[in-house]
Amino acid sequence: MNVDEVLQAAEAEVAAAVNEAGLESVRIRQLGRQGALTKLLKGLGKLPKAQRPAAGTAINAAKTRLQRLIAKRQAALATEQLAAKMAAEAVDVTLPGRRPGAGGLHPVSQALARVEDIFVGAGYDVFSGLEVEDDYHNFEALNIPPAHPARAMHDTFYFADGSLLRTHTSPAQVHVMESQQPPIRVICPGRVYRRDSDLTHTPMFHQIEGLVIDRGISFAHLKGTITDFVRRFFERELRLRFRPSYFPFTEPSAEVDVQCVHCLGHGCRVCGRTGWLEILGCGLVHPRALAMSGIDPETWSGFAFGMGGDRLAMLLHEVNDIRLFFENDLRFLEQFN
Amino acid sequence: MKFSEAWLREWVDPPIDRQALVEQLTMAGLEVEAVVPVASPLPGVVVARIDRVEPHPAGRLSVCQVQDGGAVRQVVCAAPNARPGLISALARPGALLPGDVRVEQADIRGVSSAGMLCSAAELGLGEDAAGILDLGDGHEPGAALYAALTLDDHSIEVDLTPNRGDCLSLRGLAREVGVHNGLPVRAPPTSPIVAATDAAFAVVLEAPEGCPRYLGRVISGVNGQAATPIWMRERLRRSGLRSIHPVVDVTNYVLLELGQPMHAFDLQVLRESICVRWAATGEVLRLLGGREVELDPSVLVIADGGGPVALAGVIGGERSGVQPSTQDVFLECAYFDPLTVAATARRFGLHTDASQRYERGVDFDLPTAAMERATALLLDIAGGQAGPVCAAEAAPHLPGRAPVSMRQNRLRELAGADIDGAEVDALFARLGFEVLSRRPTEAGGLIWTIAPPSHRFDIVIEADLVEEVCRIHGYQRIPSILPKAALAPRPAALQRSSERRLKEQLAATGFQEVITYSFIDPTRQGLLDPDGEALALANPMSSEQSVMRTNLLPGLTEVLRFNQNRQQPRAQLFELGLCFKPSGQAGGPLQQVALLGGLLWGTRHPESWHGKQVDVDFFDLKGAVESLLEWALGPNRLHGSRQSSPSSDAATAPAKPGAAAFRFTATDDPVLHPGQRAAILVGGEEVGRLGRLHPQIEERLDLGHGVYVFEVTAEAASAHPLRRFTEIPKTPSARRDLAFVVDETVTAQQIEETLSSALGDTLAGLRLFDVYRSKHIDSNKKSVAVGLTFQDLSSTLTDAEIAQRMGKAVAALQAKLNAQLR
Repeated sequence: MNVDEVLQAAEAEVAAAVNEAGLESVRIRQLGRQGALTKLLKGLGKLPKAQRPAAGTAINAAKTRLQRLIAKRQAALATEQLAAKMAAEAVDVTLPGRRPGAGGLHPVSQALARVEDIFVGAGYDVFSGLEVEDDYHNFEALNIPPAHPARAMHDTFYFADGSLLRTHTSPAQVHVMESQQPPIRVICPGRVYRRDSDLTHTPMFHQIEGLVIDRGISFAHLKGTITDFVRRFFERELRLRFRPSYFPFTEPSAEVDVQCVHCLGHGCRVCGRTGWLEILGCGLVHPRALAMSGIDPETWSGFAFGMGGDRLAMLLHEVNDIRLFFENDLRFLEQFN
Repeated sequence: MKFSEAWLREWVDPPIDRQALVEQLTMAGLEVEAVVPVASPLPGVVVARIDRVEPHPAGRLSVCQVQDGGAVRQVVCAAPNARPGLISALARPGALLPGDVRVEQADIRGVSSAGMLCSAAELGLGEDAAGILDLGDGHEPGAALYAALTLDDHSIEVDLTPNRGDCLSLRGLAREVGVHNGLPVRAPPTSPIVAATDAAFAVVLEAPEGCPRYLGRVISGVNGQAATPIWMRERLRRSGLRSIHPVVDVTNYVLLELGQPMHAFDLQVLRESICVRWAATGEVLRLLGGREVELDPSVLVIADGGGPVALAGVIGGERSGVQPSTQDVFLECAYFDPLTVAATARRFGLHTDASQRYERGVDFDLPTAAMERATALLLDIAGGQAGPVCAAEAAPHLPGRAPVSMRQNRLRELAGADIDGAEVDALFARLGFEVLSRRPTEAGGLIWTIAPPSHRFDIVIEADLVEEVCRIHGYQRIPSILPKAALAPRPAALQRSSERRLKEQLAATGFQEVITYSFIDPTRQGLLDPDGEALALANPMSSEQSVMRTNLLPGLTEVLRFNQNRQQPRAQLFELGLCFKPSGQAGGPLQQVALLGGLLWGTRHPESWHGKQVDVDFFDLKGAVESLLEWALGPNRLHGSRQSSPSSDAATAPAKPGAAAFRFTATDDPVLHPGQRAAILVGGEEVGRLGRLHPQIEERLDLGHGVYVFEVTAEAASAHPLRRFTEIPKTPSARRDLAFVVDETVTAQQIEETLSSALGDTLAGLRLFDVYRSKHIDSNKKSVAVGLTFQDLSSTLTDAEIAQRMGKAVAALQAKLNAQLR
């Protein structure tokens, strides 16, 4: 066989090889030590000297060509094989993934954390305080002496020794005022307790109290701070209404109504068709409360505010029953994760 | 306080509609809670006079001829009080009564009836259903009842704050509305009634500090069965009070109108004289309504020769109360000390209309006017003759009205707004604050000194005036400004994490936060802390919430149970909160400790197509706790989730032995499964525990099997020591595995400690990767396989060096733990 015939046969074999092993045997048959082209090359010596260069060139060209063909075929086979392998590895990507159970924070914790973030960002500290308090910190230091009618507003849980469960987070403020000199900027989140249990009250709930004491703090500062806070918290330009009210430890005192976050003031079930939601109580710290905690009310003034953490969470997430927060139904809690 | 809008408008009638009035009250700090129409429109109901009454042939009923303005109608009526001349209310055929009751022409047992004579209850004008409405004189038959009784009126209910006792009357509310609208207020006449008899009853003030002023008056010969006129009954009703007895109705009316609580005694029952005094220990008083209270010297009483007849300012006694048969009445009109009344009311849980007012402060200058007003009304309604007013007074004990000053500069500073002097002047005048002086100060601005009126108990210091000025000026007119403060960099804890981060970390690892009550059921508490003593509430709302938790397990297990009952297949819960541990000795300090507790139960993963559902076990729990503590305290050098390098600096390495910041040791905690429980130690100190709940407790709480819990102090879990860099070796590490047989009793920790102390710092990592038991090994033995990682910072270890270390390891295991190499 001449070179061309050999090459032609080899090319056909390469094309017919279906796997790497078949291709390798083609290579050995043609290019191996006993291979057809190798034999032709070895047979060059038998040719007349003048024909040798041309014949050698032709054989080498055929060899190179065949090597290239084999390499190409090899690459094609590898691609095919990979494709086949991958096809075998295909999964149903719509099957659910493998994952651990989800966890999360309680929605009230989240709401409190959100309030904290907003105030901490504005330079406030956080102080939580303890829940079993004495009468002095819960009442007297807040200008609520025994037999004060305001005590009727706080249905208090007592212990045999006269200590009590704090009815608001305000005693935390007293501890802060007792332990540091102004300027003071602090918020006090935590659990509070009142003997009250019905559709809209649970005997334990959460409050966040804020306190700012500095020189020249005014009611205007209180209004500015509360207005800004409410708008940041709900991320809405809500209208606010400051109504005169009464707390023994603030004066002037105000209750703050916010345009209903649900209906934006048109009146709905959430706001009892009034268009307003009562969300917090506030005021300038009563001079007697300042003085009792060792802060001179002539030099310093301050404002304080307190709001329900549970109520904020309810409004934010449109929860309609406060009792859900303390049942801890996982189907409820997981909605907020 | 509930009142009739029409009544208020008789006192002061601002040119604003109801909605604006309500808004104004609310924005003045008198929050309006409810506005309710006092009646339905009652179309077809008219005033009518009964001309003739005849018995119905069928008996019991009567047949009335009724003049309704246009015609005389025949109406069948069942009321016992139907009588000729009675002016009542007739619902003509076609009239619509409350509850959508349509009145029709009817044939009642053979007699035709052109309408219906109505009782108050049928008209929605009260509870009285015993007879038909008695309108008394002065109403023209034929007039629409709705107009005749001014039923186009609303009951407005305001929620008053404790400082505004002065608004617990029409007089007070009118004063407030007058101030806001710049209008004068029209008060009813209270001119003195000249005594018609000289009947008097002596009054002695033995406790002037509790009662510095007491007015009494005898009214003789009243008719206790007189009918209270419809206008008064209606006003009482619209203010939420029932008509009871003409004398009581009058005192209640004056209470509503002027804010002065009064009491009426049956004079025939009173003995000797009235004495206002502190009760004697052991005295007993039977109150109106029948309850008996035992008294002591902290309780102020009204007494006669026979003992206490009333709790001063709170409620009267049964013995001396007025009856329908009462003929002579002794009226009481006094000023009682607010704190005294408040203490009595609270002590006996008696919050009456009188005590509510006295404890907030009743105008001490009011009794004279109130007495005259009540006398006039009573004579008018029930007849009788008034005696002279018997007044007893201890003037030095009357509340003082000390002058109060306000600086304009202070007002500006506190309000954050400029309110000019003229506005303050006008405002004080409208409020009835008598300006004693008004002058400029050296510091600039004015200073006012005023005398508060006798009805204001809340104006004592400068801040009270600042508040009052801001309130009347209008909070909405004060600007909103943000306070300015130094832009100081703020502290950020370097070696602690916040409770917030701690909670977020747990949530990120699959735990759901719960919030449970701090007060719990004592039985549950006792079960889950059998050795602990819980702090008990003195006044719990229920026995299920009567003691303070000493740990978090009661709440966590209750949440688990709640969710198990709702078909949840798994739960991974945590709570962070205070627990309350009384100290051992009585009177010792209470420990309020923040604990972090967790619970695992049910399947390890949510159900899916990935393999079989496996329930959590002890090692799921332990892994969770280890992950958390490692996150808090830093990675464990030998078997952290990623093996770290050997330490070249002993000072920065975690404490030895075992190079672990936290450890688990045996515990005898009785609430945990004896074979699956451990105490958590940090720095040698016990900070928590973990384990499976004791099977008996699982059963008692009906929780099924396999409830795993942990608890650790928030303090320990919030530690977050600063991480310091250690060199990452550039040399390769070498790992050799070792399998050996030891006694069942040998623990993993013993193996680790043995290897760790034998190999020291040259051991870079240790993995216990197999524990194996089989019949090829003694039944009291187990095979353990560990992987040891060796590494040297400066050079690559040679085979010989590694072999030498492995030799040490084997020798130590053999010597200390009697291990046999496999």
